[in-house]
Amino acid sequence: MSRPSSNADPLRPDDFVDAESAKRPAPAPKNPELGFMGWVRFVWRQLTSMRTAIVLLIMLAMAAIPGSLVPQESSDPNGVIQVREENPGLLWFYDAFQLHHVFESYWFSAIYLLLFISLIGCILPRTKHHLKALRTPPPKIPARLSRLKGYTVVPGDADDVDRAQKTLKKLGYRTRLYEGGVSAERGYLRETGNLVFHVAMLVLLVAVAVGGSLGYKGQRLVFEGYSYANTLSSWDLFQPGRFFSADSLPDFSLTLNELDVVYEMENKEAFGQPTDFTGYVTVTDEDGSHDEIIKVNQPLNVQGADLFLLSNGYAPVVTVRDDAGEVVFQEPVPFLSQDEMNTSLGVIKLPDGLDEQVGMRGFFYPSAVPLDTGAYASGYPDLWNPLMTMQVYTGDLGLDDGAPSNVYVLDTDGMTQVAGGDSDTASLELAIGETAELPDGLGTISLDEVVRYAVIDIQSDPMNKTVLVTAIVLITGLITALLVPRRRVWVKVTPKGLEVAGLARGEDPTLEKAVEDVADRLREGSADQADAPDSPKDDS
Amino acid sequence: MEFETISRLLIFSAIVVYALAFVIYAFDIVSHGSSAKAAPARANRRELVTAGADAAGGQSQNVSADESTPVISQAAPANAPRRKRRNWLRAGFSITVIGWVLHVAGTVLRGVAAERVPWANMYEFALTGIALAVGVFVFAQLWRDVRFLGVYIMGMATLFLGGAASNYYVEITPLPPALQSPWLVIHVFVATLACGFLAISSGLSIVQLIRQRAKRSGFIASLPNADSLENTSYRLAVVGFILWTFTLMAGAIWAHAAWGRYWGWDTKEVWTFIIWVVYAGYLHARATRGWRGTASAVLNLIGFAAILFNFVIVNTYFTGLHAYSGL
Ligand code: HEM
Repeated sequence: MSRPSSNADPLRPDDFVDAESAKRPAPAPKNPELGFMGWVRFVWRQLTSMRTAIVLLIMLAMAAIPGSLVPQESSDPNGVIQVREENPGLLWFYDAFQLHHVFESYWFSAIYLLLFISLIGCILPRTKHHLKALRTPPPKIPARLSRLKGYTVVPGDADDVDRAQKTLKKLGYRTRLYEGGVSAERGYLRETGNLVFHVAMLVLLVAVAVGGSLGYKGQRLVFEGYSYANTLSSWDLFQPGRFFSADSLPDFSLTLNELDVVYEMENKEAFGQPTDFTGYVTVTDEDGSHDEIIKVNQPLNVQGADLFLLSNGYAPVVTVRDDAGEVVFQEPVPFLSQDEMNTSLGVIKLPDGLDEQVGMRGFFYPSAVPLDTGAYASGYPDLWNPLMTMQVYTGDLGLDDGAPSNVYVLDTDGMTQVAGGDSDTASLELAIGETAELPDGLGTISLDEVVRYAVIDIQSDPMNKTVLVTAIVLITGLITALLVPRRRVWVKVTPKGLEVAGLARGEDPTLEKAVEDVADRLREGSADQADAPDSPKDDS
Repeated sequence: MEFETISRLLIFSAIVVYALAFVIYAFDIVSHGSSAKAAPARANRRELVTAGADAAGGQSQNVSADESTPVISQAAPANAPRRKRRNWLRAGFSITVIGWVLHVAGTVLRGVAAERVPWANMYEFALTGIALAVGVFVFAQLWRDVRFLGVYIMGMATLFLGGAASNYYVEITPLPPALQSPWLVIHVFVATLACGFLAISSGLSIVQLIRQRAKRSGFIASLPNADSLENTSYRLAVVGFILWTFTLMAGAIWAHAAWGRYWGWDTKEVWTFIIWVVYAGYLHARATRGWRGTASAVLNLIGFAAILFNFVIVNTYFTGLHAYSGL
């Protein structure tokens, strides 16, 4: 065998390039008489081989592809609805293979669980071995150094062995004196880094899973000038983790004082593009009331929960009075922006208070510009010329059967249009401060003012910090594993002089240079000694 | 003239110069094939020696191919075709450097004109990304003689820069709020740099595969041997992989600030993950008996194909939060 070895080499899977076992016959069960344990061992060996790891990695990559081709419930719920409406015939297919939940699907999970089992099976024996290797001195000097990398002979004899050892130590090698020479090894960190990296991946996966199950996510629409308390019921949307407990909701309330939006006005190419969103809020918690700012890219942390400003829009504040002038409705109504210029769509539902159930659907134009057709468009996203137009329906709003209904959608199936469209009355048009009559003497509607609203997301993940720290450990381990060279160097006394040579352990492009460097230092050292025979004695 | 106009002119000039470099490199290959059959694959041996040298190694750098040219020509007048070939390569490489300087200047001026880093839309991603890839190629020359990749790199640079300048061009617009973050500078820069390293690595893998299969013909025989190509390719991929891992993490940190979650399987995140996993497979393959050589080279190429797919197809045809293509 040309390469010296010791049992302290890191234990690698059988098919590892440098594996000790490379020359052993493949351990395959030859017949069923192998017995149960034999089979278990065989399967385990297969599962923890490098080949299996590669195949599983390739499978994992391929399995992720459908997650980008088919809209996912978690990242693109609207896309899911759209795809399902367009392909009714394929629904069974999407559902059978969980194609809208790829990353939680049984097949995707199966792959990564197998991969992680394989990983554990890989890490455990290697860790054990590496711990042993760390305590084992460098191996014996091979019989023939001349076959190894960087082989050189430098002048010197048995008296120089000490000096050689010191030189190697200074270069960061762990050394051991043997009969007739020094054996040195360095770069144990490479394997340490590799193990740290692989373990960190496991920890990361666990931390992400634990964080998800202890934390929660919520979303809530907040109007300018309004407050809300952080209680479960105040959220429009709330997704608790599996082990979330309501006690972990921090106790605070939040007021959105102002949402400031800046639009580009100078650059014609980007005219009207928003360049800044800033939410000025007041938070009231156990520390009292304090003013804070929320921006995109700058979440606000309140007692361990992160608040994010994700979207926003206009909310006309509408008052509806009945035929006797009594107020039956007075609220800001959130409109959803439909385009870059914030042409927005909104719905008002009035199930009670008026003689009939009334539904209204219409547009809000922050900067209304009349078109030739008589309709309007918005010419700028800010409030330069606000105008609201409304179509009015009467009849059954369909709210009584208790089925949840979308506040942004008006179901006009059981209703009659009384204003706008093909009805006799034109759509209602309201600028700020204006009042219009509802058809059929139902009452009046006024547009009092227009405020902005912000959609605030709250998120708490108690493992966020752990995940971050683990990720940093992971990449540190990776860099160490990939860039630290591991190698052995021997210096051997022969009649010709000192033989020097090295052996790479794993990828080591710089081995020859390193050996050359050792040899150079030995040469210099011997020259120095020749100049100064009284050089200081060994001080170790 | 406005900076932006100058920037465009510089970019168009760079495309032309790159195309010229491509032609010269291609000519080098063709002429070698016809005239240098007799020339022994002497360069090979030197390549092998340099392959063992340190990236920052002083000595081996000094013996870079350019300086050794006179030695070769003095030594053997019979090697005239070989000298001619060296000259073609030198010309190709000098022109590459000129193109690169124009390209970098154009990219920097785009940033100056926009008053921000020039990587906020597809056009700018392409400018910066290709500049980094060519930059890695140019600087790799200080370390190894990789000019035989010139055809590949210049071909891609001409194609992609030309494509970007004609199809992706957009006027300068301000950054949308979601991009206003120091992470834009770090995350996107590191991602494009990673792609630069992986591009050169993939080129070496292609040459390696060719070299393994066709050993005899003229140009191919003059290339470094497959093992040395594979090692160089691996080393560049390692750097690329580390940078890509960092990209993935920095992206997660940024996503947390901008979108309220650090990982959400947005299409772009899915592809970043796929690319990462493919390269992890590649690194394993390099360390596995029976997978070294062809299989690992193929995985390296699949990884780079995924990168190109991610940039060209995912950016333009897929929907998602990363909708900053500006198209
Ligand atoms: C969970 C998925 C995995 C990923 C993403 C992954 C990633 C990586 C990466 C990036 C490297 C390069 C670092 C280095 O060379 O030191 C590496 C190396 C290595 N991995 Fe994994 N790994 C995974 C699972 C596994 C499994 C299951 C095994 C065992 C079969 C394994 C065994 C190894 C070994 C032995 C090396 C060292 C290769 C060398 O020294 O060149 N890995 N892994």
